[in-house]
Amino acid sequence: MEKPKLIINGKRLDGRDFEELRPIKIQVDVLKRADGSCYLEMGKNKIIAAVYGPREVHPRHLQDPSKAVIRYRYNMAPFSVEERKKPGPDRRSIEISKVSREALEPVIMKELFPRSGIDVFVEVLQADAGTRTACLNAASVALIDAGVMMKGIITSVAVAKVDGHIVLDPMKEEDFYGEADLPVAFLIRNDKIESIALLQMDGKMSVDEVKEGIKLAKKGAMQIYKLQREAIMKKYMEDEEKEEV
Amino acid sequence: MSEDILMDIKRDYVLSKIRSGERIDGRKFDEFRPIEVKTNIIEKAEGSALIKLGNTQVIVGVKMQIGEPFPDTPDMGIIITNAELVPLASPTFEPGPPDENSIELARVVDRGIRESEAIDLRKLCIEEGEKVWIIFIDIHALDDDGNLMDASSIAAISALMNTVVPASKFEVGDDFNLPVNDIPISVTSLIVDDKLIVDPSRDEMSVGNNLFTITSNKESNIVAMQKSGSYLLDEEKFYELLDLSVSKAKEIREILINQLKGGENGEN
Repeated sequence: MEKPKLIINGKRLDGRDFEELRPIKIQVDVLKRADGSCYLEMGKNKIIAAVYGPREVHPRHLQDPSKAVIRYRYNMAPFSVEERKKPGPDRRSIEISKVSREALEPVIMKELFPRSGIDVFVEVLQADAGTRTACLNAASVALIDAGVMMKGIITSVAVAKVDGHIVLDPMKEEDFYGEADLPVAFLIRNDKIESIALLQMDGKMSVDEVKEGIKLAKKGAMQIYKLQREAIMKKYMEDEEKEEV
Repeated sequence: MSEDILMDIKRDYVLSKIRSGERIDGRKFDEFRPIEVKTNIIEKAEGSALIKLGNTQVIVGVKMQIGEPFPDTPDMGIIITNAELVPLASPTFEPGPPDENSIELARVVDRGIRESEAIDLRKLCIEEGEKVWIIFIDIHALDDDGNLMDASSIAAISALMNTVVPASKFEVGDDFNLPVNDIPISVTSLIVDDKLIVDPSRDEMSVGNNLFTITSNKESNIVAMQKSGSYLLDEEKFYELLDLSVSKAKEIREILINQLKGGENGEN
């Protein structure tokens, strides 16, 4: 298949600048049964995240007497992509679940909940590149909604190399035809990026381009962080108003 | 229980050594264990390699078949990488379907080979949209004494460099050497406090699972990266890792090329 031009007159296919995110929408507390939940859109990505716990762990031998056990399940709905995806976990989902869990584990204050389990379930309802980052953003909002104590918030975004340019938040075409994809997640604390919680990359980039990519990802993450914060604040304001009535 | 106590003692020992600037086996922080490669050890495979990285041992076998291409890449061959952490290789490995660790291992090795374009997949097209070569790269761990990741990547590329495409067996022409254009090298480091320790051994891993793998190609471009383990990484540390991994990869690539030249049928 012929690779289309991805950058035309300094703009991307959807009209974005190199350093521009796709539109993001975040809604907190969208599910009744879950202890915490979040619905998130990032461009055409539609993600729903739920948190259950801290709760009892089954089977019991998985319990840890010193801290909570974190489980993370990334799952794509069969209808979320062009060609129907066979339901259930595939190798890609298992890897994404692993690295995403490992991003959250050092941030959740697990020691406060010995012998218990915290389950994070994330469903991709529609996918358009950058789902693992969108899912992490939704998951950390859902964790906060569930009242799980954390050292900060996880905010995630990908950068890509597309027609020789480093761009923020690639969409499907850029991910598919681009030269490289670099998803990152940061721990943000006191309004500042503190460290890297997830980092993967495939494609081809020079060392300097990788460094440039991280700098750009940080800029994008700060914008997403503000939206995550706003969504959480909004929910608490509404709760307060309801109580006053 | 006694295992746990031993682990604790080991961990304290490894940590105190590292904090005083040393490693338990006397290596420098940026020093790999000795690498030894043997190729063409399995006659029934189209390509194979056994690698020893210190005491870690991995076999990779390459098998090839003809199949249908993916609809979105009708003129390209297919790479399928799989890793089996068989219980023979470690007391902690269990029989059964691949767990997340073996899936991650296979996928990171796969990315290095795929993204470096080490194999020109277009040359593995037999009939566009109909018939292409499928390369199965099977990673078989034999002895896990730490850093299966780098051992597996080296074994995989070594096996590929010695793979003969079995065209005559499938009656699609004469056999030919698999065209390999690059040697991607992965470098895995263990992060302990603010120190970076390359090619960690099993005993060193007792201090934690804070690993980071960076794969680079012969032009020193980055082709794959993976943070693995529940930890937080400082941004400046990451940049340090990048530079360290690229310079280490160059060194390992030289060692590997020399080894393959020395070995039987090494040159191709």
